Amino acid sequence: MTLTASIPEQWSTRLETLEFRHGVGYEVECRPDALRELCNWIADTLGYAFAGLIVEQAAHEWELRYLFHATELPGWVHVIVRAGRAYGRLPSISDLIHAADWPEREAEDLFGLIFEGHPRLGDFVLHDDVWQEGVAPMRKEFDALARAIARAPNTNWRPDRIVHAPGAFGMPVGPVYSGAAESAHFLLETVGEDVIRALPRFFYKYRAVEKIAEGRRAEDALLLAERINGLTAFAHGLACAQALEAIGGLEPPPRGATLRVFLAELERLRHHVGAIQEICESTALAVAAAEAGVLEEELLRLSGALTGHRYLFGLSACGGLARDLPDAELAATVVRARAILERLESLEHRLVRTSSFLDRLEEVGLVTEEEARAFSLVGPIARASGLVRDLRKAQPYCGYAAFRFDVPMEAEGDGYARLRVLFAEARQSLSLMTQALDRLPEGPVRVPEAQERSTAMPQKAGAALGWTEAPLGAALHWVRIDERGMIVRYRIIPPSFVNWHAFYLAAEAFAFQDFPIILATFGLSVSENDR
Amino acid sequence: MSQWVLSGLKAGIKTSRYPRHREDAPGVTPGLPRARALGSPLSEEDLRLIDRCPTGALMRQGERIGVDPRRCVHCFRCAVEGLNAMPWEPSYEWAAATGSGSGSLGHPFSRSVNIRVVDAGDCGACLHEVKQLANPYYNLHRLGFFFTPTPRQADILVVVGPGADQMRSALEKTLAAMPTPRVVIAVGTCALSGGVFGPSFTCSDGVGSIVPVDIEVPGNPPPPLAILHALLLATGRARSAAWRPGSNGLAEEPLAGDAERNP
Repeated sequence: MTLTASIPEQWSTRLETLEFRHGVGYEVECRPDALRELCNWIADTLGYAFAGLIVEQAAHEWELRYLFHATELPGWVHVIVRAGRAYGRLPSISDLIHAADWPEREAEDLFGLIFEGHPRLGDFVLHDDVWQEGVAPMRKEFDALARAIARAPNTNWRPDRIVHAPGAFGMPVGPVYSGAAESAHFLLETVGEDVIRALPRFFYKYRAVEKIAEGRRAEDALLLAERINGLTAFAHGLACAQALEAIGGLEPPPRGATLRVFLAELERLRHHVGAIQEICESTALAVAAAEAGVLEEELLRLSGALTGHRYLFGLSACGGLARDLPDAELAATVVRARAILERLESLEHRLVRTSSFLDRLEEVGLVTEEEARAFSLVGPIARASGLVRDLRKAQPYCGYAAFRFDVPMEAEGDGYARLRVLFAEARQSLSLMTQALDRLPEGPVRVPEAQERSTAMPQKAGAALGWTEAPLGAALHWVRIDERGMIVRYRIIPPSFVNWHAFYLAAEAFAFQDFPIILATFGLSVSENDR
Repeated sequence: MSQWVLSGLKAGIKTSRYPRHREDAPGVTPGLPRARALGSPLSEEDLRLIDRCPTGALMRQGERIGVDPRRCVHCFRCAVEGLNAMPWEPSYEWAAATGSGSGSLGHPFSRSVNIRVVDAGDCGACLHEVKQLANPYYNLHRLGFFFTPTPRQADILVVVGPGADQMRSALEKTLAAMPTPRVVIAVGTCALSGGVFGPSFTCSDGVGSIVPVDIEVPGNPPPPLAILHALLLATGRARSAAWRPGSNGLAEEPLAGDAERNP
């Protein structure tokens, strides 16, 4: 069913424009009064999933872009709505589409927009105990580099307590906790053993990546993209590079595209082995954790020996890859990765027969399919709850359409299902690496124009969306550049921002001692969430 | 359960022999560019090379192209330039004492040292490399180092990340809760200079402006061996790298000295 054919009659007067653009999908512009109804219809009737919100500041108005994508149909739907600069009020859609809850809170905090009807605004990205109300750093007039900003924070700020039963108490976890963990805060409220509410507080690590990117050269956006989540650097760098290529109309040469698949899957394999290691460690199964750790370090060394960098930094480039990799070393990498996978499968074989381990994972940290859909979850967490979403299949890029691979799915939505998805995806990644090696063509890895000017980027103003299925799920990068190739707006929608939103569902109603295990089976990044 | 005991024994010893012996397995370090002489006559290409460095880690120092390891983010843009590329050195003993604080815990602590790690806005890579120290390949316990979940027992504070403002108070409180003597190690380019993130309205130009740093470890991220070198330096069991932290005036031969073994 195409959107043009099915758009209801009664809206024709309330839609400003509706067009289909090749390589983009639909762009529907509507008036603010039609926004709620239109979004609800796209999500509810057509079954599209909400993917994110992009706010841009034009000369005299705000332009908001609500992104939707379908699981089966290729292409995106951009619902665009404009609001006058002076007014800055828009209807909230979060009561209809719950996944829009955090994006709206974020836009309220950073742009100072008001979403009418949203139940909970404020103290989200900018903490009230550090910033006063009314600061809107993402507005163009705000100077990103000014260190000395007079602040009048609310020093009496305390976390909200929700549970007020007799004997109830709160157990704060973080922002500095555990042996070595990313900074985030969780207020666990309880009356005894079970966690009743698990209220997270993020953005301790807010580095304003989207803001500081503005005014930088487009190629330097790649440096930031790689560093919003160092553990999935290549996937984010690739999404950013693809956005830049879409603006400039560049097509990476076949060898470059195939090598991108190879490296993206090598990264996924390494990431998942690391995630499995964390799960083993959270259950205090020391030998399994050590074994998985050994495999992870071997994959890190393998990446380092192949590309020069253990986390694949410095490889993504607009128009292909920054440098070529020798065929012989790629072949050797696949051989070694296969040997590592065999040992990983032996580990899996023993883990699924260790009842003390399974007891900690089975039926713990549940996320139902219905919840996953309501929160528009992505990545392995969605796929462990029976929601098959994978951009490599749904919106293929880099020639993924020509590869044979399965998207593993489990239905239970518990910690064990998430672990099984990680193991199954690791297998698929090796298969993809093998296929990429088999079909690797000769030739350049980067479009010649980009190669010659090596620093140069498309000298053409425009904006585009780039996307990848990162190891943690859909990573969306929206880039707008001016004719000098400088960044005007850089919006990142990382998978962890989407999935952390639903974390409390898994943590609540389980015992305190399950909390670190649930945290590990989610395996999300705080850094890419905070940006 | 017996299968785990058996498979644990079967796995054998994987641990690196560093610091007694040099570790030269491939892929243990991303390496750093090494200072080199400028072309003579001075070539356009060399100047362009300096200009291409996105973080200003390359600079002209008289007749040389100097390298500031505190700023290098391993983007490899100076390494893939063709004939006049910067030479890369696969070293890892990068930790250097700033000379401002005590710098070393001294002998009583050399075999039982507790480490508190604080993430002040890290991208995840530095933190991950710190965690890798507990990996069997590095096994920091064999050298008497332990991660501790409480600052009250900590001797060393390891800070990763550029120093995000919303982590400032947590970082200050962690340091204040630590007993003396103590050593603060800043790990990674971001922690030393802000890296690609700082300074900005919400981020420092490194954690040195929040807490007093005794030892600096460059790298983006520094490999586990570089962090291990910093820990050994903090306990007086290794020598500081030759470059001078905290200033742009670099030592004559920055980052040489990996071949020397420490007592």
